[in-house]
Amino acid sequence: MTAYEQALAEFAPVLGLETHVELGTASKMFCGCATTFGAEPNTQVCPVCLGLPGALPVVNEKAVESTIRIGLALHCTIATWCRFARKNYFYPDMPKNFQTSQYDEPLCVDGHLDVEVDGEVVRVEIERVHLEEDTGKTLHVGGATGRITGASHSLVDYNRAGIPLVEIVTRPVAGTGVRAAAVAKAYVTELRDLLRGLDVSDVRMEQGSMRCDVNTSLHRAGEPWGTRTETKNVNSLRSVERAVRSEVERQAEVLRRGERVVQETRHFSEATGATSPGRVKDDAADYRYFPEPDLVPVAPDPAWVAALRAALPAPPSVRRKQLVAQLGLSDLDAQAMVNAGVLDVVLATVEAGAPAAEARNWWLGALAQRANETGVEPAELPVTPAQVARVVALVAEGTLNAGLARQVLDGVLAGEGEPDDVVAARGLAVVSDTGALGEAVDAALAAHPDVADKVRGGKVQAVGALVGAVMRATRGQADAATVRALLLERLGVEG
Amino acid sequence: MSQITRDEVAHLARLARLALADDELDGLAQQLDVILDAVAAIGQVTDAADVPPTTHAVPVENVTRPDVVTPSLPRDVVLAGAPEAEQDRFRVPRILDEEA
Repeated sequence: MTAYEQALAEFAPVLGLETHVELGTASKMFCGCATTFGAEPNTQVCPVCLGLPGALPVVNEKAVESTIRIGLALHCTIATWCRFARKNYFYPDMPKNFQTSQYDEPLCVDGHLDVEVDGEVVRVEIERVHLEEDTGKTLHVGGATGRITGASHSLVDYNRAGIPLVEIVTRPVAGTGVRAAAVAKAYVTELRDLLRGLDVSDVRMEQGSMRCDVNTSLHRAGEPWGTRTETKNVNSLRSVERAVRSEVERQAEVLRRGERVVQETRHFSEATGATSPGRVKDDAADYRYFPEPDLVPVAPDPAWVAALRAALPAPPSVRRKQLVAQLGLSDLDAQAMVNAGVLDVVLATVEAGAPAAEARNWWLGALAQRANETGVEPAELPVTPAQVARVVALVAEGTLNAGLARQVLDGVLAGEGEPDDVVAARGLAVVSDTGALGEAVDAALAAHPDVADKVRGGKVQAVGALVGAVMRATRGQADAATVRALLLERLGVEG
Repeated sequence: MSQITRDEVAHLARLARLALADDELDGLAQQLDVILDAVAAIGQVTDAADVPPTTHAVPVENVTRPDVVTPSLPRDVVLAGAPEAEQDRFRVPRILDEEA
C-alpha cells in the first residue's frame, strides 16, 4: 500500500478545483489590445489595461458570449443580470491595484460535469463560472532561479493583464476516497476537452492559458471536514494528480502527529512533485469587493442565451462515442485510448485525414513513449493532430518509412516546424532511387563477402544482414524492400 | 456611538498600505464614525428596505464592444510612465518584503 493509499484508508478527502481559462478572444476583456501569446513585453498594453487615470473599460461581447457558452455546456443557470466587481489588492501584477472580476453575481451558477473514472461516472458539481481579467507576468530578479523569495526586485510585463479569464469553481467534491487524485485529473481533462470543443480557448496548460488551483482537505470518517489548503497554479494534467497525492500524503502526516493543517496557499513544484507553503491566505473580506462603477451591468437577453444553447456542440463524451462508432473501433480500443488520455487527439488525427489504426498506433506508441520520457501527457506534447496526420500521409505516399517518420516527429517535437519543414531541413526523405542506392549496395557486398557467399549458396534469409548494412549506410533513408530486391538482383538470387 | 474600533482602522490602513501613527488611528476612528453616522441617515428613510443599493447613476445595461483589436501604445510611451524600467518591463521593488 502506498503512502497515498494509506492516507486515504485512514482519512476521507474533500477536493475543490478552481480552474482559470484564458479565453481565445482576439482582444482583451475591457480594451482593444491584442492577446497574442509570446509578444514582446509591454507591446500589448494601453491606458485601460494599465489602469491609467481616466481610462474607461468597455466589456468585450465575445468574452461574455464565450462565458455563457461555457456555463451552458456545464449545465449552469445563466444570470439574467449581473455586475462586475473590483477585487482590491496590492500586488504589482495588476497596475490598477485591483482586478476587475465578479463577486456575488457570477454569470453562471449551479452546473455539473460528469467524468469517468475506472469506468464509473462521477458527477462534479460546478458552483460558479465567472468572468474576470488575467494579471501581468512577473519576473523575479536577483534571487535563486527566478524565485520570488530572495529576489532583489521584480520586472513586470503587462501584456497578459486584461486578457479575459474565466474562473470555473467546483463545489466541494467529497466521497471519492482513494480515487480523489484520479477524479481531479479526470475532471480537468474532461473540462479541457469540453472547452476545446467549444472553441473558446486554446487550453494550453503548458502556456498557462489553462491553470488549476487544487483545494484539498482530509477528515476522519464521521468528523467535520478538515482545514483545506489551496495548491496554486498546477500546470499540467499529470501535476493535478500529483498535487492531490502529495497534499493528501502531507496532510495525513500532519494529522497523524496530532497537529492541525494550516489554511494556506501552497506552491506545487513540477520538479519534486511536492507542495511548499506560500503566503497565508487573506480573508475574502480583505479584498474589499465592491461593484465596479466604470462598467454597467450585464443582462444577457434570454433569447440570445437560448440561441447559444441551441448552437452548442455535442459534449466530448457524446462526440467520442459517435466517432468511436463511426471508426469501427472496439470498446476495448477506445478504453485503452481513454486510459492513456489520447482518445481526443487520436480522433482529431483521424479528422485530419489519417486512418484510425495509424493514428492510434502513433499516439499509443511512439508519441506516448516521448510523452512519458518528458513527463507530460501525450496530448500536451508540442505536436498537433494535424501534424501527426501529415506524417502518416508522408509514410503512405512513400516519402517516409516508419523509422524516418519517427525522426520527423522528433523534429516537430523539437520545434523544428511542420513535418515537411523537418523532412526538408534534415534531408529525411526515403531514397528509393535505385541508382543512388547502387553504391551503398555495392559497398555492403564488398564489406561482407562471406554473407554474400551464403546468400549465393542458397541461404536467402542471410540477406537481412546486408539490408541492415545498407540501411545504416543510408541513415535509414532507404526503402528496405527496394534494398532487398536490389541486393538479390546483384547476387543473382531469386527472392 | 462608536462603530469603528482602533484595530479596524489599523487593519484598513494595512490593507491600503498606509503607515499611520498611533494617535492618527484614534483620530481617524472618530472621523470614520462621523462619516458612518452621516451615511446611516439613509437607513431612516421609511421604505429604504425596498430600494436596492445604487451602484450606477445611470440605468444602462449591456454596453459592450465587438472583439476587435485596436492599436496599443508604443512601448517607449508605456515605459515612460514607469518609475523604472528594465528589460522592457516595469521594474518594481522587492515584493515579498512588503508582505512579511
